[in-house]
Amino acid sequence: MRGFSMEGKFFLSFVSCFRDLEIGLKETMEHGSFTDNSAASFSLTDEDHTIANAVRFTLNQDPRVTFCGYSIPHPSEARVNIRVQTTGDPAREVLKDACQNLMLMCRHVRCTFDKAVEDFKASNAVKAMKIDSQDSSGDDSEESE
Amino acid sequence: MAEGAGEEKKKFSIWDLPDVPMGQLLPHLELQRSRVSCNKDAPIHTESIQYSGAYASMGINNSSRLDRFSNNFRVEVVRLNEDDMEFDMIGIDAAIANSFRRILIAELPTMAIEKVFIANNTSIIQDEVLAHRLGLVPIHVDPRLFYYLSENDQPNEKNTIVFKLHVQCKRGSPRITVKSDALKWLPNGSELVKETRNAASDSSSKPETYTYFSCSQETIPEFVKNLIIPKYPDIIIAKLGPGREIELEAHAVKGIGKTHAKWSPVATAWYRMLPEVVLLEDIEDDLAEELKSKCPVNVFDIEDLGKGTFPNEEFGCQARRRRATVARPRACTLCRECIKGDDWEKRVALHRVKDHFIFTIESTGALPPEVLFTEAMKILEDECERVITELS
Repeated sequence: MRGFSMEGKFFLSFVSCFRDLEIGLKETMEHGSFTDNSAASFSLTDEDHTIANAVRFTLNQDPRVTFCGYSIPHPSEARVNIRVQTTGDPAREVLKDACQNLMLMCRHVRCTFDKAVEDFKASNAVKAMKIDSQDSSGDDSEESE
Repeated sequence: MAEGAGEEKKKFSIWDLPDVPMGQLLPHLELQRSRVSCNKDAPIHTESIQYSGAYASMGINNSSRLDRFSNNFRVEVVRLNEDDMEFDMIGIDAAIANSFRRILIAELPTMAIEKVFIANNTSIIQDEVLAHRLGLVPIHVDPRLFYYLSENDQPNEKNTIVFKLHVQCKRGSPRITVKSDALKWLPNGSELVKETRNAASDSSSKPETYTYFSCSQETIPEFVKNLIIPKYPDIIIAKLGPGREIELEAHAVKGIGKTHAKWSPVATAWYRMLPEVVLLEDIEDDLAEELKSKCPVNVFDIEDLGKGTFPNEEFGCQARRRRATVARPRACTLCRECIKGDDWEKRVALHRVKDHFIFTIESTGALPPEVLFTEAMKILEDECERVITELS
């Protein structure tokens, strides 16, 4: 759906339904300008500080971004406005790239965490075995497998 | 400057100034960027400098590229038990750490009792209070095996767990305490019969109950040998006097902490930044003893330097010089005792490292804490993906 207004600004509305939890229809709106797509505000429903702050952090890290920020218009309504201003690239692409970076970061954190937990469990198992072999009574408290 | 009046005026040339090193932050700027300085009255430099062009004039690229993040990021597990874990994340920013914490508390699903069908309650605990208490009892079951129950769905074996509680205290016997181990799992679904108005209903068909289980939950492979029970069997639910009885059926469904705190899978999850204690000058002898005794968590230790190589005039060559060292900075609670009093701020500096987080997760028992953290990261990834698909 597209709506027109006098100043040449437009809004695009994307509506998608997620039936898993039936919280409600989630939608994203982009408030921008026809002539200059390097600056836009994105309004996401059903979001809060959790994703907005993380996306704002990755947006800041992108060298193409001159300004970015997020705000929550009212705490009772689950809506977040993210403002992106870039050095020329379309704002939507930059936001997508930032989300992509965030996803890759999460994935890396997950891999590193899993590996660290495995290493810890393995080293604890080795320790427990060493203690077992040293004294006759076994040590059951450490092993959490 | 009266002294310079008689001498020739010093010419000040900008080329004589020492070079500002490009490509590398000066030490005081590096301190501002990477540490929170905890002063006596308040911490300063608490915000993290994320903007990619923050140090552009010094020729430093502050944008964190993914490969640099991947190389520098580390996780170290300190403690891992069945119910809680403590680990360090080094190289990550507060925004992402906070997102994980928020997801752990509010957006990971669990199973908790939602609907309670009370057949008989003559105890002194009111119906609604009893139902509220039952909802808060943590259930030891993996919520990933179940689906959400929405308004249009019927409760069946894929989205509901049914418990039964039937306790009575006979006349003449002493008071009894109803604990959570009195909740019995009903793998075949509800046993409460719905009242139907049909007079013509044949008695041979199964009476309609409040759930529509098509098969027993015991046949599901995960539950073949394991009973679904509350995680802790000694949670007090109610107390019964003689002659009182409670008979009810409770249905547990899947939900997230945002809707109600009973569905939160963690008792709590929190993080703190690594404290750093720096001695700005050598602290010796009496001052060292004073410093060590000031700290309530024994961060400082006294190190004997042995017989001093520099003879001390007061005590003579035989004095053993003692020096204070920082032994356990991680235990520091930042109580500021060591910088209270005159002049101590010149000797001891307290900082927090901005990208080193000590995470602690205490699980209520549905899932082990390391699984909880992995699930939280998956949820953040899914959210990002959803935003990306909506923008495309």
